[in-house]
Amino acid sequence: MFGYIIRRILFALPIAIGVSIVCFSLVYLAPGDPLQTVLPPDATAETIAIVKHEYGFDRPVPVQYAIWLWHVVQGDFGRSIASRRPVTLEVFGSLANTAMLALFAVPVAFATGFAMGAIAGCYPGRILDRIVTGAAVIGVSLPNYWLGLVLVIVFAVEYMVLPASGMGKSGSAAFSLWRWSDAQFLVLPVVTLTMIPIGIIARTTRAAVAEVRSQEFVTTLRAMGLGEGAVIRHVLKNASPQVLAVMGLQFGYLMGGSILVETVFTWPGSGFLLNKAIINRDIPVLQGTILALSLVFVATNLVVDLLQATLDPRIRRA
Amino acid sequence: MSDQAILSAPGAAAEYDSAPATKVRGYWQSVAYRLSHDWITLIFGAVVLVIILIAVFAPLLAPFDPYAQSIVGRLKPMGWRGHPLGTDELGRDMLSRLIYGGRISLIMGLAPVAIAVMIGGTLGVIGGFAGKVANTAIMRTMDVFYAFPSILLAVAISGAMGGGIFNGIISLSLVFIPAMCRVAETATSQVKNLDYIEAARASGAGTFAIIRHHVLGNVLGPVFIYASSLVSVSILLASGLSFLGLGVQPPEPDWGLMLSTLRQSIYVDPLGCAMPGIAIFITSICFNLVSDGVRAAMDVRI
Repeated sequence: MFGYIIRRILFALPIAIGVSIVCFSLVYLAPGDPLQTVLPPDATAETIAIVKHEYGFDRPVPVQYAIWLWHVVQGDFGRSIASRRPVTLEVFGSLANTAMLALFAVPVAFATGFAMGAIAGCYPGRILDRIVTGAAVIGVSLPNYWLGLVLVIVFAVEYMVLPASGMGKSGSAAFSLWRWSDAQFLVLPVVTLTMIPIGIIARTTRAAVAEVRSQEFVTTLRAMGLGEGAVIRHVLKNASPQVLAVMGLQFGYLMGGSILVETVFTWPGSGFLLNKAIINRDIPVLQGTILALSLVFVATNLVVDLLQATLDPRIRRA
Repeated sequence: MSDQAILSAPGAAAEYDSAPATKVRGYWQSVAYRLSHDWITLIFGAVVLVIILIAVFAPLLAPFDPYAQSIVGRLKPMGWRGHPLGTDELGRDMLSRLIYGGRISLIMGLAPVAIAVMIGGTLGVIGGFAGKVANTAIMRTMDVFYAFPSILLAVAISGAMGGGIFNGIISLSLVFIPAMCRVAETATSQVKNLDYIEAARASGAGTFAIIRHHVLGNVLGPVFIYASSLVSVSILLASGLSFLGLGVQPPEPDWGLMLSTLRQSIYVDPLGCAMPGIAIFITSICFNLVSDGVRAAMDVRI
């Protein structure tokens, strides 16, 4: 197991470096000069040269990357072009808000999706299976930001029972989960976010359970006289590594893919920050947010792989 | 399928001799047979066809000019002065914009997938067939792009390059290429070491001929099935990009962009604000169900 952990971490490192290269290259994808936003339109060639030097844009690209990476490793993502604040502060503050959404969405989505999939997989072809399968397809086909809008229309516009957007009066700093006046702002975004993971996890669980149930050891268990409950327990345990892999991926998507939902609810998370950075053409913030989110994704995949290996010893040897 | 099952069953020889002569179906015949008995797939396939036809014949079907604005006729309800679904925030006919919006949404759904199939599929076949170095180089590069959540990668690339249909298609293609490449690579390396490839090589077939005649047939199935499941993802992601202001730019009619502009008037006209989403949903669920049905009929596992 120890060897597997080391191997898996060594495998994740080059990916993390590759991810950092992609994030760094985003500057060069941007049309025009990245300094356009800071420079006055009538800047002299001299001023341009000074600013270029200040930002390090006059160095060769690999050197720029090395310097950038060196700063990033030390937790310094540079300064926001728009607000002049350190990018690290902006990114981590918003990442915490996104994580709050994800941490509430995860248990709801995983439990619901797994239960739905398990029920459907245990009774394939029956009416419950059809309902679950149908609901799961709807879940993965609905644009989730649209569902967010519809929820706002119903619960905030028509019935006025829940707030439509934002984080409340106290804002991000004083937000407390224990006050309903603050916590109510979480309800609609979390419900919206759970929809896609529920659909995907239900589909995966159903397929995994159905597959395990058709294996011979299940027949053996039945022949040995085990009750249906005990058989299902064995089936679920054998289906779990596959489901776990998908759950890990979904956690990553909840963290990194919440930009649309955060935009709908103007939730001050990383997706919202990203959106703001794009509108302002604030490349350092764009880079920092994307790097942070994708590193979270890489780390999640790593943790999931290790968990899977603990659950299923066969994986360690592969 | 069926004759194989009989052959591998215990005591097959005796049964096989005495079995009445039945017509053996070819692969595509059995796929067609299974599809023709799957009414869910057939119905939703018909809906997909209707959506495509509506998009193609949009100029004939749309009752109004989708760009014509009217200051007095903004955000009017259904049926106002002959506008069947009312008007949007600039007084443009909602139905006409939804009809025209299908064109862009379908292009944004299909073009990135098609590009990804060509580029990702080619890279995958090369990676699966070529030696270790090329395989490692291609697949590890793909792993890097795999390490981004799809919407994040799309937003990052479009965000850096700027909005527009063209940039949107490029960024979505980049999102799908790694996945396509993996599917093609897996399928290729599965058949690469089989005996018949060895036999073809022994009889003097070149690498290109082997890929063309012996590998592609085994790769295209999984690639096609996977690609079909990506179409609805692509439609959703593309409309999401437009919703964020990164994809299609105003005044073009696009469902995602319509959602984003109508969102400003959510308190005035909640129903109108919901309509483009329904169009996205119907299109995406139809593509999803058809893809599921075709996958089951083709009996492909990815």
